[in-house]
Amino acid sequence: MTMAMQNRAAKPSTKPLMQRINWVRAAPFLYTLGLFVIWELSVIVFALPQTLLPAPTRVFEAIVQYWSPIWKNSLQTLYTTTLGFLIAVVAGLGIGLFIGWSKTIYAGLYPLMIGFNAIPKVALVPILVIWFGIGTVPAVLTAFLISFFPIVVNVATGLATIEPETEDVLRALGARKIDIMLKVGIPRSMPYFFGSLKIAITLAFVGSVVSETVASNYGLGNMMSSAQSQFNVPLVFAGLLMLAIEGIAMYALMAFIEKRMTGWAHRSTMAN
Amino acid sequence: MSHLVSIDNVDMRYGGADGTLAVSGLTMRVDKGEFAAVVGPSGCGKSTLMKLVTGLHIPQAGVVIVAGQQVTKPVSIVGMAFQNPTMLPWRTTLENILLPLEIVERHRHRLRANKKEYIEKAENLLEIVGLKGVGSKFPWQLSGGMQQRANLCRALIHEPELLMLDEPFGALDAFTREELWCVIRDLHAAQGVTIVLVTHDLREAVFLADRIFVMSARPGKVVKEHTVPFERPRDLELMYETAFNDMVHVLHGEIAKARVVA
Ligand SMILES: Nc1ncnc2c1ncn2[C@@H]1O[C@H](COP(=O)(O)OP(=O)(O)O)[C@@H](O)[C@H]1O
Ligand SMILES: [Mg+2]
Repeated sequence: MTMAMQNRAAKPSTKPLMQRINWVRAAPFLYTLGLFVIWELSVIVFALPQTLLPAPTRVFEAIVQYWSPIWKNSLQTLYTTTLGFLIAVVAGLGIGLFIGWSKTIYAGLYPLMIGFNAIPKVALVPILVIWFGIGTVPAVLTAFLISFFPIVVNVATGLATIEPETEDVLRALGARKIDIMLKVGIPRSMPYFFGSLKIAITLAFVGSVVSETVASNYGLGNMMSSAQSQFNVPLVFAGLLMLAIEGIAMYALMAFIEKRMTGWAHRSTMAN
Repeated sequence: MSHLVSIDNVDMRYGGADGTLAVSGLTMRVDKGEFAAVVGPSGCGKSTLMKLVTGLHIPQAGVVIVAGQQVTKPVSIVGMAFQNPTMLPWRTTLENILLPLEIVERHRHRLRANKKEYIEKAENLLEIVGLKGVGSKFPWQLSGGMQQRANLCRALIHEPELLMLDEPFGALDAFTREELWCVIRDLHAAQGVTIVLVTHDLREAVFLADRIFVMSARPGKVVKEHTVPFERPRDLELMYETAFNDMVHVLHGEIAKARVVA
């Protein structure tokens, strides 16, 4: 270690700057920056009014200007989304294991699940409002309803695709269904489960924001819809930007958890 | 009563009354300690035979008796290995080999208390198959041949009386396959286990087995039974002798005929 340090200290400029930068790691930041630059330039070049498309500088201005409500509503949205997502994780894992347990249950419930998933969740918001009133509860439930499906499908798929040979080897030894599930099914479905969390968290944001937009007095969805009714377009975009940031952060967290929990799946043949 | 496996006039049909009749009128016996090989055209019911003996399928007609008991449910005195090694990728090789002990009734309750003894046994098996020191590696870090060796250890860890092998070397290259033939040959000699090997490789059958059963095309039954005359211990050189090749040739002719009849 000290050797390496000395080496680097001894000849600091053997490599030119361009080679010392890790371009792959820097790429996401550079591309994001690039997007903002193009956006800014387009607004200037085409002389777009800020009621149509505000420039990023204007959006950042709005973020600073309205920081207090933005911060409060961002936390609210993060809260409803995360809560709905966590319920979806528990329920999705449970239902997924239940469905994957037997071929009959799988066959019976699968069409129902597909039908349920085909319903646009925004159409359920009015019903949730009738049941629970407006506010946090329908937002949490919408986030839950929209995000639990991919978890269920992935867990059930992991269970349902156990290699028949593996099952034969174990059954020939006298394994019961529960043994096969515990020893093979559940560990095997874990990569599918953790993989599905990335999709689920993204969908959970869609659910909570949709619900907040039509049926809440809090949250980024509500903030954006009231900003829109006041033609405060920079604030609408500020809300979108905050959503994007929250979405990326939660996605990264899920990707990190996935990698930590199921590293083996990325190296073995099961990785797909 | 020296037959370990005895199959009498067995019919096995998949998928209800008008499903596929996989085997019909199947009769064969395997003695204790014997090395039996089953050869036959593909789809003739060889894997079905394995599943009947291990109790994974129960025949619609006839009886299967293993170790003096009619098979009506899975019999845990057998170990199985397939062409696909089916090692669990989240377990180390050693943990994979110990898996049967977590299942088999007479071991699962003493596993925790006697872990050390069992691990020793697994390490010992690993050494026999030439995988000394590999136990802590994950299966996906091993080559196909090494995985198949580990697979054999897993099939043997609970000291089965009967080892059922379903084309275990089918996916391996010629040299690895010959190495594993020697491994199996030595295991059989050292452990005194009864082995039933299903294969489509006739040289493999003649080199390893004491007795070879030739099956007809589907619905499968045993149409011919050969006793392999070669002395044990056998050396790979045996495969270049005329008597060996003559026997392979005869088997080849019989299977070709079995296929034409179908
Ligand atoms: N689970 C199953 N369901 C229906 N048919 C099957 C099943 N398993 C095997 N068969 C049929 O039974 C026949 C014998 O199969 P198998 O014993 O696997 O043959 P082999 O191992 O000799 O190639 C084949 O025609 C196959 O299609
Ligand atoms: Mg087969």
